[in-house]
Amino acid sequence: MPPLLEARGLTAGYGETDVLHGIDFAVEQGGVTALLGANGAGKTTALRALCGMIRRGGEIAFAGARIDRAATEDIVRRGVGHVPDGRGTFMELTVEENLRLGAYTRRDRAGVAADMARVFDYFPRLKERLRQQAGTLSGGEQQMLAIARALLVKPRLLLLDEPSFGLAPLIVRDIFHILRRINTEERMSILVVEQNASLALDLADHAYLLETGRIVVSGTAEAIRRDEAVRRSYLGY
Amino acid sequence: MNGLLHQIASGIASGAIYASVALALVMIYQATHHVNFAQGEMATLSTFVALTLIHAGVPFWGAFVLTILLSFALGVVVERILMRPMMNAPVLSSVGVFIGLLLVINALDGWIFGFTIKSFPSPFHAAHPLLGGYVSPHEIGETGLTVFVLLLVWLFFRYTTLGLAMRAAAYNPVSARLCGVRVNRMLGLGWGLAAAIGAAAGIMVAPVVFLDPNMMSGILLYAFAGALLGGIDNPLGAVIGGFVVGVLENLFGAYVVGTELKLTVALMIIVAVLLARPAGLFGRAVQSRV
Amino acid sequence: MNANRMPPPRPGAPSGLSPAQALWMGAFLAVMVGLAFFADSYHLFQLTMVVVYAVSVLGMTVLTGYTGQISLGHGAFFAIGSYTTAILMANDNWPYWATLPVAALASALVGFLIGFPALRLGGLYLALTTFALAVSVPQILKVNALSDLTGGVQGLTMDKPDAPFGLPLTGDQWIYLFSLGVGCVVFLLAWNLTRGRTGRAMLAVREQPVAAEAMGVGLAALKTRTFAVSAMITGIGGALSAIAVQFVAPDSFNFFLSITLFVGLVVGGVDSIPGALFGGAFIEFIPNIANDISKAAPGAIYGAILIGFMFVLPRGVGGAVVGLIRRLRDRGGRTRRARTPAGE
Repeated sequence: MPPLLEARGLTAGYGETDVLHGIDFAVEQGGVTALLGANGAGKTTALRALCGMIRRGGEIAFAGARIDRAATEDIVRRGVGHVPDGRGTFMELTVEENLRLGAYTRRDRAGVAADMARVFDYFPRLKERLRQQAGTLSGGEQQMLAIARALLVKPRLLLLDEPSFGLAPLIVRDIFHILRRINTEERMSILVVEQNASLALDLADHAYLLETGRIVVSGTAEAIRRDEAVRRSYLGY
Repeated sequence: MNGLLHQIASGIASGAIYASVALALVMIYQATHHVNFAQGEMATLSTFVALTLIHAGVPFWGAFVLTILLSFALGVVVERILMRPMMNAPVLSSVGVFIGLLLVINALDGWIFGFTIKSFPSPFHAAHPLLGGYVSPHEIGETGLTVFVLLLVWLFFRYTTLGLAMRAAAYNPVSARLCGVRVNRMLGLGWGLAAAIGAAAGIMVAPVVFLDPNMMSGILLYAFAGALLGGIDNPLGAVIGGFVVGVLENLFGAYVVGTELKLTVALMIIVAVLLARPAGLFGRAVQSRV
Repeated sequence: MNANRMPPPRPGAPSGLSPAQALWMGAFLAVMVGLAFFADSYHLFQLTMVVVYAVSVLGMTVLTGYTGQISLGHGAFFAIGSYTTAILMANDNWPYWATLPVAALASALVGFLIGFPALRLGGLYLALTTFALAVSVPQILKVNALSDLTGGVQGLTMDKPDAPFGLPLTGDQWIYLFSLGVGCVVFLLAWNLTRGRTGRAMLAVREQPVAAEAMGVGLAALKTRTFAVSAMITGIGGALSAIAVQFVAPDSFNFFLSITLFVGLVVGGVDSIPGALFGGAFIEFIPNIANDISKAAPGAIYGAILIGFMFVLPRGVGGAVVGLIRRLRDRGGRTRRARTPAGE
């Protein structure tokens, strides 16, 4: 089966400077791919480039169609859900309104209701806080809200930007369990960007390692996990 | 006591107008972080169009609705042509464009419709004095209609999906795009809505202050004062602020500074708000935990 | 958060005048003085008004060009300067030249009072406050209670000054030369202010206010002081205007005046001190031409020009000229550099 998402020669940057210097990576149908690397390696930039949020060059194919010229909202409408770094929560709106916005593009009332139920199953705390202003949620709850919102888009591909950032280890563990469930129960393809390499490698099938805008290592998560040299020099453990 | 009641009632009536314009200002400010200095002129242009339709034989409410629709379209067009390119320009550029728009529309009004002061018909008449004669039929009708319009707008934003999407686009355009919201289109809609609200305000106030190209400049000032008083990023606050400014203007004008200096009341309110509580009565930093 | 960014500042403005610049200025000044003897009285009046408006625009250049704050109400300070001079001359028979310091002080004071609350909070609030000020000014000037002082709706008239010491100059010539002299002093002051430490502090405030504050630039104090100075300069312009016209009335000082000055600022170049001269000339001559077309025309033309400049020439004519000069100079430099040895 061809990969769901394929990037070839992807470049991207801010202003005059390029952060990504032509990288290739792919996400298989139903698979989990991890993009690893230190701060400033370009991981967040890669996700933003995929969604058209910054200037980019090169080829990006999603479900066989080229999206490297498309606008963010059109890419989302094709089935890409993006959980951005910093959560991207609508602070002034309630939890419920945040979730409704996730389902903004959908016309199937019954499907949305079913997805809402599933989302509350993953994240019961959100149901308790439905009427609460999203800005008053804790960091972990906001992360759950961000993931829930992206799930309501009913994407084929879920992008997650540093889901562990700034969260207590227990909460991170819970979230990654849920990501595993989402992948296995819903066959959702996932591309996760993480600084916490061991967490990401536990979840992923494939992984790429970014260093200053280039891919330096790629392979199955299993192989990278077992490669002591790579772990020690790039992943710090 | 009679005089006081009358002043307060009149103040509420003018306040309704200021509240509408203040709402239009805040809507655009929330979405773009720019102040539309041309809001008043756009409303004046709409009012002239309405008068032209009425003189051409269109019944009042037909002209009203038609003008609202045309103004909506005008707002969308202005956003597309003038504002969209200025999105990422420095503040000075956008201020310059807004002021430029103010001047062009003002000049256009004079050129097309003339500079002479014109009277504008009111649709509200009563055979006998209402409410003890403290307020004119027009003031009652105008306040009622304006409040009704404001209520409709509130319901729209609070309860409809499109309203939610527009709010989202204003608060956080990046995240809104990630939900598939077409943010640019929302901006255009927001401008259209603001222009429509301004048009309604203009049509309601013209019978009282008479129509000429400079009709709205004082009103715009009061609307600014109201928006600042309520909190420049809070639509409900802006509406309340508009009503408060209306009442204050009338009370101060009647009992303190005299009617010749009523505009300075707006200036005083603005300075007072900035000195005492810049966020306004209801403007708040959004509570957030990291 | 770079929403307040102006067009980027020119790198490292030198503190002194280069010989070439001094030569140009001297030649320009000589021409301006010479015109006093060749122009007829109407054109002399127009030239005087060019100086008046150039000085007035300069006040805004110092404010907006250097600290990035936007004022929509400088017409109010113009009015304060004009009326101070008019009141002292008409009511108390002060000599015209003695009114200047008082007018300057009055404008600076009001500038300080208005600037203080608004400037703590950022550009938008200043724009709104100055807008409110500009719209309120005619009403304040017409108030009955003050009409003994201000002449109410009718305004005040003054006597035309004569050339001093029996110099063989007509009143118009003398007023022109006097205004020119005052204008030179003001321009030199502004030039001085914007070079050196204060100038760099102001630019820092414009570009990165947070960093500027962290480096010890007392932000609020600097902004308020700059606003007061800018109000003072425009007030001096207003005073000169009163002397030249010998008449003030409330409706001349409406919101449109503030807009006119704003347009002059934009056209001349928001951060260009020489540009203020061009802005002044623009303000004096364009409306005359425009009025021939239609009564509505000046507003439409100003509006169209404002919009056009924002899209095409955001740094105004002054900025465009400077850019051109620099590009020519760079091209000369590049050929020179190409000849240096590779191992440098």
